[in-house]
Amino acid sequence: MKALILVGGFGTRLRPLTLSWPKPLVDFCNKAMILHQIEALVKAGVKDIVLAVNYRPEVMVSVLKKTEEEFGIKITFSVETEPLGTAGPLALARDILGKDDSPFFVLNSDVTCTYPFEAFRDFHLSHKCEGSIMVTKVAEPSAYGVVVTKPGSTAIDRFVEKPVEFVGNRINAGIYMFNPSVLDRIELRPTSIEKEIFPQIAADGQLHSYDLAGFWMDVGQPKDYITGTCLFLSHLTSQHSPLLSDPSKNKWVYGGNVLVDPTAEIDPTAVIGPNVVIGQGVKIGPGVRLQRCVILSNAVVRDHAWIANSIVGWNSNVGRWVRVENITVLGDDVTIKDELYVNGASVLPHKSISSSITEPRIVM
Amino acid sequence: MAVTKGVILVGGPSKGTRMRPLSLDCPKPLLPVAGKPMVWHPLSALAKVPELTEVIIIGFYEDAVMSGFIKDAKREYPNLAISYLREYRPLGTAGGLYHFRDSILRAPVPQNIFICNIDVCCSFPLAEMMDVHSKHRGVGTILGVNVKRETATQYGCIVHDPETSQVLHYVEKPESWISNMVNGGVYLFDKSLFDEIKVAMDDKTARAAEDPLIQSDEILRLEQDVIVPLAASRKMYVYQTNDFWRQMKTAASAVTASSLYLSRFLKNRPDLLAKPSSSIIAPSYVDPTATIDPSAKIGPNVAIGPNVTIGAGVRVKDAIIFEGSTLEQHACVVHSIVGANCQIGPWARVDGEPEPEKDTKGQISVTVLASEVTLAPETHVRSCIVLPNKSLSRSSANQVLL
Repeated sequence: MKALILVGGFGTRLRPLTLSWPKPLVDFCNKAMILHQIEALVKAGVKDIVLAVNYRPEVMVSVLKKTEEEFGIKITFSVETEPLGTAGPLALARDILGKDDSPFFVLNSDVTCTYPFEAFRDFHLSHKCEGSIMVTKVAEPSAYGVVVTKPGSTAIDRFVEKPVEFVGNRINAGIYMFNPSVLDRIELRPTSIEKEIFPQIAADGQLHSYDLAGFWMDVGQPKDYITGTCLFLSHLTSQHSPLLSDPSKNKWVYGGNVLVDPTAEIDPTAVIGPNVVIGQGVKIGPGVRLQRCVILSNAVVRDHAWIANSIVGWNSNVGRWVRVENITVLGDDVTIKDELYVNGASVLPHKSISSSITEPRIVM
Repeated sequence: MAVTKGVILVGGPSKGTRMRPLSLDCPKPLLPVAGKPMVWHPLSALAKVPELTEVIIIGFYEDAVMSGFIKDAKREYPNLAISYLREYRPLGTAGGLYHFRDSILRAPVPQNIFICNIDVCCSFPLAEMMDVHSKHRGVGTILGVNVKRETATQYGCIVHDPETSQVLHYVEKPESWISNMVNGGVYLFDKSLFDEIKVAMDDKTARAAEDPLIQSDEILRLEQDVIVPLAASRKMYVYQTNDFWRQMKTAASAVTASSLYLSRFLKNRPDLLAKPSSSIIAPSYVDPTATIDPSAKIGPNVAIGPNVTIGAGVRVKDAIIFEGSTLEQHACVVHSIVGANCQIGPWARVDGEPEPEKDTKGQISVTVLASEVTLAPETHVRSCIVLPNKSLSRSSANQVLL
């Protein structure tokens, strides 16, 4: 089986993190975002993965080389010379996606969920139509495209973009499965799969929707990355995952949903949680208080610092008695001097901050 | 040497409203600055003047308000006569002095009288002022301070002859810039000051009789009504200090004044300061009855009052903590004043900006918590003024919390 992951461009929405690493390699809950997806695809029997990219960073090539070997799969970079939208990349990768009759997955690289690809595959095969769309229920559908099915059926009747009136609360989750015949509907030009291709397939009665169980989040920007992290951690908790730190064995865990890399060093007087991810080689000092935040690998959080709702970049150093909050994102190798207050700052890599940032802003 | 006396003008409860919310609970002269009541600083400077026999504190606070301080001061300076004289009617600064002239001039009759305003923070270079004063034939010597051009018009401005130090012109808070040298709020007068005040009083009464637009009241201000004419008749001189000087009108300025005095203690009163250690960075003042966890980090420029409890891993810098307050573990207090009996929860943060040189209306720099304020764990109060008895469970910034 085959899959195409829509990676796209430079991930500007996730800057300053994506100034140092290509977006698919930015860790999400201590694993590169794209590895979550690749592992789930491999579990569903995928052997061929195409990454639709605008550019091909060397670092990504070398990381994925290892992944290929580890899982015994083939990963191909399909590089767009001009932006092709969400459908064009399928036409560009036609040789791989259409090389046999088996269906293929398509997914947006910014989406996190439980990736139930096996069940999705089984669903797709059972209805024998051309395409399947994963849908997720949201509380406020008016900001999205709502998927409306025919009464008593999974067959999609129509799409309503940003509905004013309530027509349903199932929205496109950005994960699809198609038979190769869909490639005949797509030309090699900038095309939106959602706006131009889906309505056609639905009109032919060939598109079905599959209800995604559990959480779903587009984690393409920092605020949602943090929310998505919390959802993922809650999922791990509901699964009684051994990856999470056990509060009964670690007295510094507060409120649960705490994921810590085994190589991280945590002072026992720190209080961590709920909803915290601590990466490889991170050092957390005495009396540190962390909640709803992500500390990326090799960062240091020094004594009595307080961090909430923020992302601390790789190799960064948060000084003593510093308070960081409100969707602050520190890029790679950022230093915050002792006792400062950092409110909603986006700090570009290699900066040293020596005075408080009291209102949200970008520090170049 | 001739007998000298000192007068400290402390004002009253209706004055110093800009010191709110601190002055709601604690009379301004008794607000702790560098661990000592504000009024202690001029008093201790006066106590060092040779031949100074007496210090008279004049204000309109009730006697009971000042009596505790007067008692302590007498114990600290047993060779000095110290008293508090209460004004019952507002007479203005010069009017008040004149009203109490008999008390001030009683034997031993002073040749010279120092007059200090409560709201200045400086090194009180009284010996230097005496030196200048004794060399001229004028009535008085003002402490002159050079300030930045853009702030000069907030003060009484002095134009002087740099050769003779004679004051040529004096204007209180002029509308346009006149000079960078301003009145530092400390004076040394010859006892003939009282004759000059009498002249000014008569003059005012005479003008009021002639001009219906001039209000006939008993209020006579030292600066506008006495020093202005004295300067015009070339009877005033100035001693210019290059040492530190700040006005202490707002609560925020108490933090600045406290750190200036603490730095000064390093030189002249190291015995008053807390000994530097792994947890104390000089200069800091820690009351002997305060409890500081050894893992806390205090200073520089911190004054901690009686019966304060500082928990483990707490950080305090550029701040004043009034008596009876508790800072729980990992709390951080920077550029702030924590009033009496406040309770700051674990990981709570109280911070502000250093006091700017020129006030911007509506902008709060230093955070001031009045007395009995409770701050919930992990909350953050930044550049806020918090009135007494508030219990805060949410973070706030840049506002007054009633």
